[in-house]
Amino acid sequence: MSTFARTDNSLLGRWWWTIDRWTLMAIIAIAALGAILTLAASPAVAERIGLDNYHFVRRQFVFLPMALIVMLATSMLTPQWVRRVSMVVFVGSLVLMIGVLFFGSEIKGASRWLSFGGFSLQPSEFVKPSFAVMAAWMFSSQRLDDDIPGYAIATGLWMLVVGLLMMQPDFGMTVVVSMVWGVQFFIAGLPWILVLAVALLFLLGGFGAYFTFDHVRARIDRFLDPSQGDGFQVERALSAFQNGGLFGRGPGEGRVKEVLPDAHTDFILAVAGEEFGLLVCLLVVALFAFIVVRGFSRAFKDTDFFVLVATTGLLVQFALQAIINIASTTNLMPPKGMTLPFISYGGSSTVALAFGMGLVLALTRFRPKAGGGL
Amino acid sequence: MSKNTASEQAILFDSLDPDRIRVESARKLALETGRTRLLVTGVVLCLAFAALAVRLAELTAFGIPPGVRLASLSPHNKPITARADIRDRNAMLIATSLPTRSLFADPRDVMDIEEAALKLGALLPNLSAEDVRHKLALGGRFQWIARNLTPTQVYAVNRLGLPGFSFRDGERRVYPFGPIFAHVLGYTDVDGRGIAGVERAFDEKLSEPVAPGETRGIDLALDLRFQTILREELAAAQQRFSAVGAAGVVIDAKTGEVLAMASLPDFNPNEPEQALGKNGFNRATKGVYEMGSTFKLFSTATALDSGAVSIADGYDTSEPIKAARFTINDFHGKKRWLSVPEILVYSSNIGTAKMALEVGAKKQKEYMRRFGMLSPAAIEIPEVGHPLYPERWGEISTMTISYGHGIAVSPLHVASGVATLVNGGVMHPPSILKRDANSLIVEERVLAPKTSATMRALMRLVVRFGTGKNADVKGYRVGGKTGTAEKQVGGGYSEDALVSSFVGAFPMNDPRYVVLVVIDEPKGIKSSFGFATGGWVAAPAVKSIVGRIAALTGMLPQDVSDEEPIKPGTPFYIPARATQPAPKIALGGIARAAH
Repeated sequence: MSTFARTDNSLLGRWWWTIDRWTLMAIIAIAALGAILTLAASPAVAERIGLDNYHFVRRQFVFLPMALIVMLATSMLTPQWVRRVSMVVFVGSLVLMIGVLFFGSEIKGASRWLSFGGFSLQPSEFVKPSFAVMAAWMFSSQRLDDDIPGYAIATGLWMLVVGLLMMQPDFGMTVVVSMVWGVQFFIAGLPWILVLAVALLFLLGGFGAYFTFDHVRARIDRFLDPSQGDGFQVERALSAFQNGGLFGRGPGEGRVKEVLPDAHTDFILAVAGEEFGLLVCLLVVALFAFIVVRGFSRAFKDTDFFVLVATTGLLVQFALQAIINIASTTNLMPPKGMTLPFISYGGSSTVALAFGMGLVLALTRFRPKAGGGL
Repeated sequence: MSKNTASEQAILFDSLDPDRIRVESARKLALETGRTRLLVTGVVLCLAFAALAVRLAELTAFGIPPGVRLASLSPHNKPITARADIRDRNAMLIATSLPTRSLFADPRDVMDIEEAALKLGALLPNLSAEDVRHKLALGGRFQWIARNLTPTQVYAVNRLGLPGFSFRDGERRVYPFGPIFAHVLGYTDVDGRGIAGVERAFDEKLSEPVAPGETRGIDLALDLRFQTILREELAAAQQRFSAVGAAGVVIDAKTGEVLAMASLPDFNPNEPEQALGKNGFNRATKGVYEMGSTFKLFSTATALDSGAVSIADGYDTSEPIKAARFTINDFHGKKRWLSVPEILVYSSNIGTAKMALEVGAKKQKEYMRRFGMLSPAAIEIPEVGHPLYPERWGEISTMTISYGHGIAVSPLHVASGVATLVNGGVMHPPSILKRDANSLIVEERVLAPKTSATMRALMRLVVRFGTGKNADVKGYRVGGKTGTAEKQVGGGYSEDALVSSFVGAFPMNDPRYVVLVVIDEPKGIKSSFGFATGGWVAAPAVKSIVGRIAALTGMLPQDVSDEEPIKPGTPFYIPARATQPAPKIALGGIARAAH
């Protein structure tokens, strides 16, 4: 580890000594596990849909280094630059999301993707981390200086993002963005009455979605009454965990990947459970929990209020994606299309998450200044 | 948002500026609240991760929660529904079930009947294109095409890629030893239901599903080795004497367990259609025969046990008995006074009939009932014949029954009755199931132990000096009795159609096994001097069987020097040579004697 002397005052040297190396290692460990699991799960899926066996593997093995570079580069930013870069990404993502509504390619009844030649991009993935930073900026500004209408701006941005997401529609992403906004609202120290009002709003929103969107209702109905529909993917996923047992059936010995269309994305943990067993699954959960707790503790010690709110928002987004994904796979909640951070296949998702975690690393760096970048 | 680039240190110490104080206190308050609420958020997220970990552990280690339809995922918990195995007494597998697949068609889905018929007809043996055409033309939605295909055949049929054909899993009953256990085991129909023998008797037990791990199946009393020997020797005797059939039983004298039981001609239960017609007829239990002189054993035991006759008594057998239309005569006639042992040893009808008259009809019938001769054999398999005996059991019946005519029983009856004679006098219902040390053995005392001891001595004498000489195996003290009966053909008895038998037990000082051989319609041959009687046909077969099974059971030959000789004057003395030469007996008249 001691590649750099403590006295090294270069850019890299300062970065190395101020970055949260434990979180960095945990993220790289998750990404490494993800690479192995992509190797395990995706060839079967590729073969079934008529692609070259290593189609997904090759692509993910380009995305992962790309994501690593994005994360490391982002992690070198100062809080001020975090805000600036996020604003650019946020505005860019919003523009692209509007573009999606007109030029997006429709997949499974939703337009979420923009295609440029052989490359496609999901702008909503990038809106999540940048929105978390923007909202944190606004919340912390008003909290520290009443002159700025930060709460109103944050709420306005949230409504804009949610509006665009619901037009795709993308219910899962909406939930995550809303939760991030809600948690930041809570952390920013707004009065309890307003916090309760927001909670009520979410509840009503949930019911509203249930009655407005047919596919949301169908999924929830199926979850509540398994005999009603065909919970095929979930059923197979559950059996995969059981097949795997404590130590798994061994690499390549799994069967669930042969039948699940989303084995390499949303249901990749089922593949892990079947081939590598409970212990590896628990390791994955532990790594996610570690990153979140570690980030929270760094944010807790920080004296910069913006850093506190922004880090919390980014980590909540990260944690929620992991929790929703695992809970869906293990039938604890209705199935919701949500990738498992750094493990599921997907370019936009992986790079956007790397951007988000790069922001966390940047914000949680030690800044030996008592007051923080106020 | 402050754009102040001054250091935080400066802010802290420049504390007199009111604006700074306001901002600073707002920041402190915000951080304090934020940190508290961050803690709450962190705890909630940690709980969520913990819940996920518990859920994962539950799914993997403790199975799948109820309410989720996953029946097909847990094959190990399925009850076992395959038909249970049948084993012999040494746990050799003698009947089992193998999974197979059967081909059926939904004729409506068959696109090209002609193509299917030609291809399947060429592929599967025992199935012609014409058969397939015919079955498909029957219509409906389900037609069996071919049963019990091998995995290779299933693969080949699948390769044809014919629409409208599918497989259904089934099982096939397999009898590894083929015809050896034919009649006893019985067989199953195409749907796996037992329809004969043990398969039918225990159909419910064999087909009930059990949880995995539970022992199932049936252990028979039969011994594969004994059964094989019995069947071989029966077949040899049947062939040598050109007989139409044969039956044999080996029974454990002390428990009533049937160790071997065979009937010829037989069939291979793997091909149940062979059992149609006479091959499927179990002569050992279903067939009833007038057994002839072997019945003299029961008559003598009855006479001695009832006290009507003593072992020291004797009767004049020089004159035939004439009663009504019947004449009772002797085959091996000595034409003199015979002691009770001599009557049995020389198989005198006249002497036995005279003893029976002293017992009386009522007592004789009562003893016959106790020997089990008046009711179907108490064995588990369903193929049991009902004995035939006269409704009016008069004086003439008493005399003919005493030497085994006028009463017809199955060979198993005789074997079971003889076991009672020699085992100390208790009746055990014969059993096809293995009896373990703990099972209660039903027993009913029929004879006094003393009578049984006398009978053992008498049976040994028959083999040493009388008609059963051909059954003796040196060192094993075989005892027994021959029987030769003429079969009823039409209204009368036929001289040429005999039922020749020998029932033996060994070793006579403590009998373990009773062996019975019955040969149906043997023809005399040169080496038997033209005789087809029990002593020439069945006794040698019993001798072979005894020799072979004695060797298997580890029983060592005994020193039999104590048997020689018996002094004149004792009741069991049998003169070495008859005092008068036996005159030639003319068989004829109305009554047909038993020999």
